[in-house]
Amino acid sequence: MGTYWIPTNIDELLGGIKEASLLHFFLEGFLVASLLWFIFRKSYKKRDVHSMSKEEEDRLIEEWNPEPLVSTPRQDHPALKPHVVTGKAGHYLDVDGHHCLNLATHNYLSFADKPEVEERAIQSIRKYGVGSCGPRGFYGTVDVHLELEEKLAKFMGMEEACVYAYGFSTIASAIPAYAKRGDVIFVDEAANFAIQKGLDASRSSIYYFKHNDVQDLERLLLEHEAKMNPRKAKVTRKFLVMEGIYMNTGNICPLPALLNLAHRFKCRTILDENVSFGTLGETGRGVTEHFNVNREDVDLIVGSMEWALGSIGGFCVGSSFIVEHQRLSGLGYCFSASLPPLLTAAAIASLEEIERNPTLMSVLHGKCQDLHNALSNLGEAGFRVSGFSEGPVKHLFLLNPPEDLGKHQALLHDISQYCISNGVAIIPASYLDQIEAQPRTPSLRITANVDLTKAEMETVIKVLKQAASKFLS
Amino acid sequence: MATEGLLDGARQLKIHGANGKHSPNVANGKANGVKLVRKNGLSPGVRNGMATDVHSKGKEKIRSKESFEEVPLYTAVMTYMGFYLLVVLGYLNQFLFAPPVAKEKNRKGYVPLYNRFEQFYSRYVYRRIRDCWNRPICSVPGAEVVLKDRITNDYGWTFEYTGLEKKCLNLGSYNYLGFAEASGPCAEESIESIKKYACSLCSTRHELGTSPIHLELEETTARFLGVEAAITFGMGFATNALNLPCILSPGCLVISDEKNHASLILGLRLSGATIRVFKHNNMKDLEKVLRNAVVQGQPKTHVPWKKILIVAEGVYSMEGSIVHLPEVIALKKKYKAYLFLDEAHSVGAMGPRGRGVVDYFGVNPHDVDVLMGTFTKSFGSAGGYIAGSKELVDYFRVNSHAACYASSMSPPVAQQIITSMRIIMGEDGTHEGQKRVMQLARNTRYFRRRLHQMGVIIYGNEDSPVVPLLVYMFSKIGAVVRTLVSKKIAAVGVGFPATPLMEGRIRFCLSAAHTKEQLDNVLDILEDIAERLGLKYSQLPRYKGVIQYEDEIE
Ligand SMILES: Cc1ncc(COP(=O)(O)O)c(C=O)c1O
Repeated sequence: MGTYWIPTNIDELLGGIKEASLLHFFLEGFLVASLLWFIFRKSYKKRDVHSMSKEEEDRLIEEWNPEPLVSTPRQDHPALKPHVVTGKAGHYLDVDGHHCLNLATHNYLSFADKPEVEERAIQSIRKYGVGSCGPRGFYGTVDVHLELEEKLAKFMGMEEACVYAYGFSTIASAIPAYAKRGDVIFVDEAANFAIQKGLDASRSSIYYFKHNDVQDLERLLLEHEAKMNPRKAKVTRKFLVMEGIYMNTGNICPLPALLNLAHRFKCRTILDENVSFGTLGETGRGVTEHFNVNREDVDLIVGSMEWALGSIGGFCVGSSFIVEHQRLSGLGYCFSASLPPLLTAAAIASLEEIERNPTLMSVLHGKCQDLHNALSNLGEAGFRVSGFSEGPVKHLFLLNPPEDLGKHQALLHDISQYCISNGVAIIPASYLDQIEAQPRTPSLRITANVDLTKAEMETVIKVLKQAASKFLS
Repeated sequence: MATEGLLDGARQLKIHGANGKHSPNVANGKANGVKLVRKNGLSPGVRNGMATDVHSKGKEKIRSKESFEEVPLYTAVMTYMGFYLLVVLGYLNQFLFAPPVAKEKNRKGYVPLYNRFEQFYSRYVYRRIRDCWNRPICSVPGAEVVLKDRITNDYGWTFEYTGLEKKCLNLGSYNYLGFAEASGPCAEESIESIKKYACSLCSTRHELGTSPIHLELEETTARFLGVEAAITFGMGFATNALNLPCILSPGCLVISDEKNHASLILGLRLSGATIRVFKHNNMKDLEKVLRNAVVQGQPKTHVPWKKILIVAEGVYSMEGSIVHLPEVIALKKKYKAYLFLDEAHSVGAMGPRGRGVVDYFGVNPHDVDVLMGTFTKSFGSAGGYIAGSKELVDYFRVNSHAACYASSMSPPVAQQIITSMRIIMGEDGTHEGQKRVMQLARNTRYFRRRLHQMGVIIYGNEDSPVVPLLVYMFSKIGAVVRTLVSKKIAAVGVGFPATPLMEGRIRFCLSAAHTKEQLDNVLDILEDIAERLGLKYSQLPRYKGVIQYEDEIE
C-alpha cells in the first residue's frame, strides 16, 4: 500500500534505493514512475472493458448479503462472568468475596502492593499527574523515563534500554523492528502469544522448533541452510526467538546450547524474559545470569515490568547499535503515548528494591523449589506439574484429561472454582485456542510468591487434593 | 540550544522582521472598526447545543470549513530541491567522515541488520533536526511544561543535559481538556485508588485482572458514549492492534482512510483481511471503492466479500481534519458495510458535550458499529476502549487478544479516566467539564482564524483542536521548532516519513487549559516567525477585520 507511511517501511517503499549513488536514486525514481504510469494506464483500460450497467450493479449491491460483524459468543463463557478482585492483588486477595491465598497473579516478589512502591507512585502523581499526554517523540519523554532506562541498562550491564508503555506491545513491536519480509525466524513452539503477534507483524518466514529441543532446532537450521541458494542467503537475516522461562509451560530455555547454535548459524537472538527478569539468577538479572552466559552474546533482551516489578510496561536492553533503532522503528514505541510517569516511578522503586535486597532472589528460589516439590506429590491425586523448579511459574496438567477440549477446560474451571471457594486462588491459564499458533494443553497455571510459607503450601496441597477427589475420581 | 547552520539562517532573517508584533491586517481591521461576522455559521455540532434530539437534525447541517490549500509551485520545487540537497550533502558527509556511532561488535559474517538507506536517512538527514524530537520534560504536561535543557556539541549525534530547565507554553501535548493535572480531583482520586487497589493487578482480564474499578470504568464509558457497553484496555495502540484482527479474517475487505494511524494499519495487517485504501476524507473515492468492491467481489474469483469494514478516524492527528461522518454513515448503510471509528483524538475534544465526532455531528452513536478511542488524550490518562452494542462488546470480551493476554489497566490510570469523564458529563455537580469543552472549542476557532488571517497555510477543519501549520521544507521544521522553543513555546514538528516528503509541518494541539493571553502570545511570536522564515504561503484572501476572542462563543 503506497500510502502507508510507517518509518519501518522506508526500505519497502523506496526499495530500489539501496546503494549510495545519486544517479541510481534518480534512475530508480524515473523507472518507478514510468512503471506506475504503465500499470495505472492498463488497469484503467481493463475496468472499462468489464463495466456493467448501473442497473446490474445496483442489483448486485441489493443482493449482497454480508456476514454479521461478530458472531454471538456463548453466554456461559467465563470471560463474560470474570472473577472480580476487590482490593489489592497481594500475597492474599479477595476474589468474588472469597479471601484467598494468591497463586494466580504474577506478583512474584510482592512488589505490586509494597508500600514503598505505592508511595513512589503517589509522589509521582503529585509531580507529573497521571498521563503523559504524548508519545515519546512529542514531549512524552518524562525525565523518569530516562532515569528508568538508565537504571535498567545499568542493572543488566548493557549499553542502552528503551521502555514501552505495555508489556504485550514490547516484544510484539521489537521483533518486526528488525525482522522483515524475506527474513527467517526460528522460534520455540511454546512461545507466548505476544511473540506470535510480533512474528506475524514481521511477515518473515517462521520455523517452529519443538519446545526446548535443541536438536530439532539444529535440524531446522541445517535444512534451511541446505535449501537456501547462497546468493539469497547473503541478504537473508536469521533470527532466533526464545523465552527465558516460558509463560506457557514454566520451563527454562537451554540458553547456552541455543546461543551456541545461533552463533554457529549466524542467527541474531531475541530473548523474551517476561517471566525470568527479576526472578532468575542470583541477583534477578534473568536467565543469562542463571546460566552465567555473556549478555552480549544475546542481541536483544526484552523484559516486562508487569510481573516481577509489579507495574505496567516493558523494556528492551542491548547494545546502543541495536536498541537505538527501536526509537524510530518500534511501532508501539513511536506511535503510542509513553508509559504514565507514576508507573515508571513504580518500576524504578521496584528495581531499587531488588538491588537493595541481595537475598531476595535466593529466598524466592527456595520458595519456588518448595512449592515445586509440594506440587510434585500430587501425582496420585491426578496432577502432573511442569516447569522449572526454581522458576515462579508452574503448570499443573491433568494426568487423565477428558478427550473433549471443552470438557477438559470445564473440568479445570470447576477445580479452580472449588479452590477459590476454599481460600486458594488458582486459575486455568487462558488461551484463545483457535488462534494460538500451536494447540495448548489446558492447565492450571500456578505462580509462586516470595512470601509463601510452608503452612500455606500445605493448605494449597490439601485444597488441591480435595478438589481432585471431588472432580477427578 | 543546538547551534546548527539552520538556526543561524533563522537568526539572519531576524533583521527583517523588526515590527512583527501586529500584522497589518489586524491593524487595518481595527482602524475600520469592522467586527467579525461569522459567515459560515456555527459549527454544526455546537449549533444544536444541548438539544436532545440531535439525531434527527443530522442531515440539515452546514459543514464547517475544512481546508487543504495546495502548495505554491515555487515552494514545491524548493522543497524537493532542498531535500535532495540534504541527501547529497548527507552522502558527501558519509563519504568523507566516519560516523561517530556505535558499531556492532562480534557479529562478523552476519547479514547486516539494517537497510542501508534507512540507516543513511536517520544518520544524515533526520539527525540534522533530531534535536526537535524526544525532548524530555520534567513537569506535568499541562498548559505549560518544563523542558529539560540539552545541547549537542557534535551536530546532533549526541546530546548532553545542561542541568537547566525551561518553562514553555505547551502546544505539543494531547492535553485537549486540560486534565493533565498534578492536583485537583483527578489527581486526588487517582492517589486514593492506589491506596485501595495498588498500581497493578499483575494479571490479564481473562484471569484475575478485573477489579470493580474496571467495571465502573466500562460502565461510565458506555454511558458517556451513549451506547450499551464498552470494554477497556491498558494501551490505545494495543486496542487497535489486538482487536481489529478478532473481527476480520481472510475473505473480508477493509476500506481504510489513507491517513489512518499506524496502530490501525498494524491491526488490519495482522487480521489477514484484504485492505483497500481510499483518499483521505474523500467521500467520492470511498463510494467508488465501496461500490467497486461490492460489485466485483473478491479478485479473480468474484466471490462476494464476507463483509466490508470501513475504518476511519474521528480527528486525524496529522491532518487536523474531521471525518465526514454523516456521509460515511450514509455510504456504509447504502452498501451494507460496517464502520470502525477511531476517536482517539476526538473523544472528549469534539462536540458540544465532548462526546466525540458522533456528538459533533449529532449522529446516532448506534450508527457506528465499532466505536474505538483512547484515554491518552482528552482524559489525561492512558489506555483505550471499544464500545458499541452489548453483543459486540461481549464478543470482544471473549475473543480480544488483549483481554486474554495483555495485563489489565492500572487502577490509578482507570480512576483518572473515571473522574475526568464524570467531570465532563457534569456528574460532579459542577459546570467545570462543560466549561472546558467550550473553552477548547473557542480556543480552537480563535487560534485557527488568527492563523488564517496571518497568511500561513494550516490544514484541517476549523473546529479541530489539532492545527498543522505547513512549513513544507524539511529544514524549516527544525528552524521553526527551535525558534519556538527559544521563545518558550513547545510545539511538535512532523516531517518525512511521518508525512509525505513535501508536507513538513508544525503541529499545535490546543487545550482548554490555554488562556486567551497565552494564545495571543503564541500568535504574536508566530507572526514574527512566519514573517522571518517566510511561512506565509497562503494565497487565499484573508479576513481583514479584527478577530475577537469573545465572538468564538455560542
Ligand atoms: C488515531 C489513533 N489511534 C490510536 C492511538 C494510540 O493510542 P495510545 O497513545 O493510547 O497508545 C493514537 C495515538 O497516537 C492515535 O492517534
